[in-house]
Amino acid sequence: MATQFGWKKIRDYLSLIVTALFLLGLAYINVISGLGLIDRYYNGILILVMVNVILAVSLNLINGITGQFSIGHAGFMAVGAYVSALLSIHLRWPFAAVLVAGMAAAAVMGVVVGIPTLRLKGDYLAIATLGFGEIIRVVIVNLDITGGPRGLPGIPPKTGFFVAEALAALTILVISNLINSAHGRAMLAVREDEVAAETMGVNATRYKVTAFVVGAAFAGLAGGLYAHYMMFIDPKSFSFFKSVEVLVMVVLGGLGSVTGSILSAAVLTYLPEMLRQFAMLRMVIYSMLLIVMMLVRPQGLLGTWEVSQAFRDLWRRRETGEAGRRDVHGIA
Amino acid sequence: MSPHDLTLQVIQQVFNGVSLGSIYALIALGYTMVYGIIRLINFAHGDIFMVGAFAGYFATAVYKLSFFPALVLAMVVAALTGVTIEFFAYRPIRKAGRISALITAIGVSFLLENAGLLILKPDPRAFPEVIPLTVYNVGGLIVNNRQVLILAVTFGLMFLLQWIVRYTKIGKAMRAVANDRDAAHLMGIDVNQVITVTFALGSALAAAAGVLVGIVYNRIDPLMGIMPGLKAFVAAVLGGIGIIPGAMIGGFVMGIVEVLVVAFISSGWKDAAAFVALIIILLVRPVGLLGRNVGEKV
Repeated sequence: MATQFGWKKIRDYLSLIVTALFLLGLAYINVISGLGLIDRYYNGILILVMVNVILAVSLNLINGITGQFSIGHAGFMAVGAYVSALLSIHLRWPFAAVLVAGMAAAAVMGVVVGIPTLRLKGDYLAIATLGFGEIIRVVIVNLDITGGPRGLPGIPPKTGFFVAEALAALTILVISNLINSAHGRAMLAVREDEVAAETMGVNATRYKVTAFVVGAAFAGLAGGLYAHYMMFIDPKSFSFFKSVEVLVMVVLGGLGSVTGSILSAAVLTYLPEMLRQFAMLRMVIYSMLLIVMMLVRPQGLLGTWEVSQAFRDLWRRRETGEAGRRDVHGIA
Repeated sequence: MSPHDLTLQVIQQVFNGVSLGSIYALIALGYTMVYGIIRLINFAHGDIFMVGAFAGYFATAVYKLSFFPALVLAMVVAALTGVTIEFFAYRPIRKAGRISALITAIGVSFLLENAGLLILKPDPRAFPEVIPLTVYNVGGLIVNNRQVLILAVTFGLMFLLQWIVRYTKIGKAMRAVANDRDAAHLMGIDVNQVITVTFALGSALAAAAGVLVGIVYNRIDPLMGIMPGLKAFVAAVLGGIGIIPGAMIGGFVMGIVEVLVVAFISSGWKDAAAFVALIIILLVRPVGLLGRNVGEKV
């Protein structure tokens, strides 16, 4: 007896339509990109969108799902970027192998950073991860093999749009499956109340480190893709600002919402490009938008809402005819 | 190098470190006071330091003021900036949770930096020579009058701050709000007013640091607040965030460590030194040097 047309129902249908439009747009981009009709500038933006989607979704696992406030994501990205770039340049390993190696290196760094720092909580953890991110950058500046502050040129251009897109999709799939598994529920429990989770037999340290390492590995993947698209990397690209940029994407999309991370990664990558016509005013507008968006919607664009929730709700209404809507964590 | 020379060298570097550390300490005080009261890492604080430096620059270069009037003017300008930011950006979001507030602070920081680049132009400017340089040689130790000035101003301001916090009515209110905001509110303390005063004091101290940096290092630009801001925050954590003497000690430790690394290891590792010191402290004593361990209530 679904005679009522509540706001939730409209929103569910609306999100269905928006998702359909989004998928159509993505299909269109794929077709024109496949036909080679897309120009270099937009192709570049699309690749950067994919790289940022990987970064935002993986940081969301750490910050949003497990509730561990990390602001050193650029450090892991840097490890992945430099390891994969150096293997490409010096050993001429195939692309897939260097990406995996970059991920592995970033994951190892995740263990090294995670085990000591994850004992800390809240702001202290944030500052420790910031510190590690900066230390990684300073080490890169001071090494010879990385080219130091001058950067590392001559990386073969191997990242195309389709590769980046496929790997972004893979990242989303892996992380949303992880979130919806028993491990994911344990991570959510740690976020909600660490002491209560421990009491219920969840090994909080183990899940925190797991989330941290998985997040770091995907940041490493993003770094590898980035390096093989830009063909040149330098320590400045992986400074504290890159970490902040990714953090902003996650918070603005809604901490804990994979859909939100994807959406805001796309929007925040494209926004500065769109504002390019304002030249010097560009970054001023960008920062004002950031403040205004936080003031208007402090919980982020989507809160913890997922697009899959809309589908599930619609499905449930068809099955039972009721307009009820459970607040559960959904798949992206 | 003979042992005597080495000792002299170490003393010299520690002295230089203390004078650099005073700058960090002055900025760290603002971080720690704001954190103590509203639990916000005020990322824009480093940029307030930049605003102060530019206010001092215009006061001396354009309006030809001498050192002390320029210092006071810069402190007033920065205090107003800090209060304005708190009123428009942080106050509306205070109840929304700390992460939202943190992102807003990052937004404000970007805004100040980019507005600075737009209005003040990215090129560094030379700060006018307000205080002519005199170098003294005290038993082999090289000391210049600007370093002495930094120390004098820093210690003067620190004593003033301690006096305000300990012996004035508003200081008492600040301590009460830091201790328990709700209880303080119930006792009739105007929490909003206390927060405003805290931002004003913290920003004024950062501006003083900005003017001093301008005079000693002679170079200011719109992005000059980023690194000192980060390091001063680290200094505040090092000393125990929320604790005023902690911020001072943290600042001095930070300055000394940095100068020693530059003198005896390499200037390339300068920025890492600060963060390595931070991580060691956090792992050994997560509450900071002067912090007290507070048990977690379940």
